[in-house]
Amino acid sequence: MSTANPTARKNHNPKLAVILSILLAGLGQLYNRRYVKGALFIILEVSFILTLGQFINYGIWGIMTLGTLAGTDHSVFLLIYGFVSLILIAFAVTLYIANVKDAKRDAIRLKNGEKVPTFKQAARNVWDTGFPYFFVTPGLIMLVFIVVLPLLFTIALAFTDYTQYNQPPRNLLSWIGFENFGRLFFGTGSGDSNIWQDTFISVFTWTIVWTVVATTLQIALGLFLALLVNDPRIKFKRLIRTILILPWAVPAFVTILVFAAMFNDRFGAINTDILAMFDLAIPWLQDPFWTRIALIMIQTWLGFPFVFALFTGILQSISKDWYEAAEVDGASRMQKFSSITLPHVLYATAPLLIMQYAGNFNNFNIIYLFNEGGPAVRGQNAGGTDILISWVFDLTFELNQYSMAAAITLILGLIVTGFAFFQFRRTRSFKEEGNI
Amino acid sequence: MSKKLKSNLEVALIYLFLAFMAVIIGYPLLWTVGMSLNPGTSLYSAQLIPDNWSLVHYKWLFTDPSSDYLTWYKNSVLVAIANAFFSVVLTSFVAYAFSRYKFTGRKYGLYAFLLLQMFPVIMGMVAIYVMLNMIGLLDSLVGLTLIYIGGQIPFNAWLVKGYFDTIPKELDEAARIDGAGHLSVFFKIMLPLAKPILGVVALFNFMAPFVDFLLPRIILRNPENFTLALGLFNFISNQFDNNFTRFAAGSILIAVPIALVYLFSQRYLISGLTAGGTKG
Repeated sequence: MSTANPTARKNHNPKLAVILSILLAGLGQLYNRRYVKGALFIILEVSFILTLGQFINYGIWGIMTLGTLAGTDHSVFLLIYGFVSLILIAFAVTLYIANVKDAKRDAIRLKNGEKVPTFKQAARNVWDTGFPYFFVTPGLIMLVFIVVLPLLFTIALAFTDYTQYNQPPRNLLSWIGFENFGRLFFGTGSGDSNIWQDTFISVFTWTIVWTVVATTLQIALGLFLALLVNDPRIKFKRLIRTILILPWAVPAFVTILVFAAMFNDRFGAINTDILAMFDLAIPWLQDPFWTRIALIMIQTWLGFPFVFALFTGILQSISKDWYEAAEVDGASRMQKFSSITLPHVLYATAPLLIMQYAGNFNNFNIIYLFNEGGPAVRGQNAGGTDILISWVFDLTFELNQYSMAAAITLILGLIVTGFAFFQFRRTRSFKEEGNI
Repeated sequence: MSKKLKSNLEVALIYLFLAFMAVIIGYPLLWTVGMSLNPGTSLYSAQLIPDNWSLVHYKWLFTDPSSDYLTWYKNSVLVAIANAFFSVVLTSFVAYAFSRYKFTGRKYGLYAFLLLQMFPVIMGMVAIYVMLNMIGLLDSLVGLTLIYIGGQIPFNAWLVKGYFDTIPKELDEAARIDGAGHLSVFFKIMLPLAKPILGVVALFNFMAPFVDFLLPRIILRNPENFTLALGLFNFISNQFDNNFTRFAAGSILIAVPIALVYLFSQRYLISGLTAGGTKG
């Protein structure tokens, strides 16, 4: 395939190569005398259209209409076909653009008199430039179908009318714009008072309070204990650390369920064994206020050991010189803490601490396992301790209010994205570049 | 007050507080052990230190024909092994490409990982349910494992990529000069040097099926397919005060091995997390 002619081909036209490759992927490559590559592109494109064309056509129709025949067309399936089609199209477009760029690059090379590479050279070339893509592909496919597609589906669902009375395949869904969000924010659309708006406001405020208070408490306790145990006068450090780490080591779902039993109003150990000594009985599972207190205490118990272990590692790595220098300057203990210790530990662990907040914001396990979001509250369709994510779960699996659940998920996602932006600002690795 | 006395008093107070913490940590754990030794099944009549303790619940879990406990254990171990293995393979591939190569979409890919790791899988649960149903993997351990493997990629790829970045590039450059290709650099240099972080990833993903109950609850229906967490949860969610002691016994049998693994590997885990996490 290689030509021995080293002189430039002045009349080889890159523009023509681009136009040809736009008309049909591979034509430009053929014009560039890259016959094998051209043939591969053509085979790929033709087989893509032949095998997937009909499916994509159906999927796009499906996502636009959500079906036209109630009882036959299943709106939910159509929605998923639609997204799969969109992903396939995005993939095809990427390849197509690569094809056009490739045709242009090769044509310019040919024009400047570079040799057409042999098949072996070309294959080598593809392996080198394509290598990262080959390595990313299996993970990418999993990611797209298991994480990205479900998220897209949820976003789409938020703009439909999928409720317990309107379920496919018996009924068709339809696009209803921002109606679900109107219900949440302005209490529009629903006849029965403002139940959605009221519930949303109370669940949302509790979610924020829960995230801030529980996470801050667990970080503060973890830091405090790390400082105490790090004190040079304390002995048996290994043993103490092991004990303090225990709550992290025991699976959380076990401890939460154990706590749920211990906090049981009538026969839990807290009321019958401990508080009975003071003639007290607190309605831990009946009164939203006390349930919230119990949840915050349990989360502190569960969450501080990880922070403690994290901080212990950092504390040990702070150089003694800092403290000695501070002592020479006559710094008090508080000053040493606030100007040496605290900045050090916070700087080194900030991304992980933000993750702690994000984790509690979506801490479904504890809310659901402790009391299933309960106790029930009059005038709203979420329990007294439901946070957004557990409310979403209830709406989906108990009340079958799929679209409202999706709308709330979308709001949740936006808030989580906010957390992620804090992370972006802190990461340095974007400045580092790959070496090939 | 002399300086020495003040210091001693401080130390005493610290020990006192630590002792208080030890009680708070130990009480629920010991209480669970006590419950599991009660012969009755009711929480109401159970005592912290039973008068006539017995191992009847442990025996029931293993020998009673109506107990699926061993099946659940087997299911969890299978899912855990598959999850740990495939997660390490997929994640290290992705992390290698992102750490060592420059390619179109690299930067946005990194942003996407950072963003996606914040989204819990539960957010897309309706779609996951429907899709598994479409391809016939609902109520199957294969389906569950697939979701685990896919869901862990953003967090762990980020973690491993951060660790790969700390391996000096001079090493692979030197190997390339000696004629090593993309694959041999990966298998002979990167993987052996990244063993600590790959160990962390394997451990996390091995543990996940034992402690997660949400995904199994959404995906699995048949008690024969349950994993441990879901099976144990059903012990008490069905008849709360009737089976608590049995639940306690079953829980202890998984909590003890898991806790031991965590305690022995905690240094390893934490240093892996900080290395990957703070380097980004």
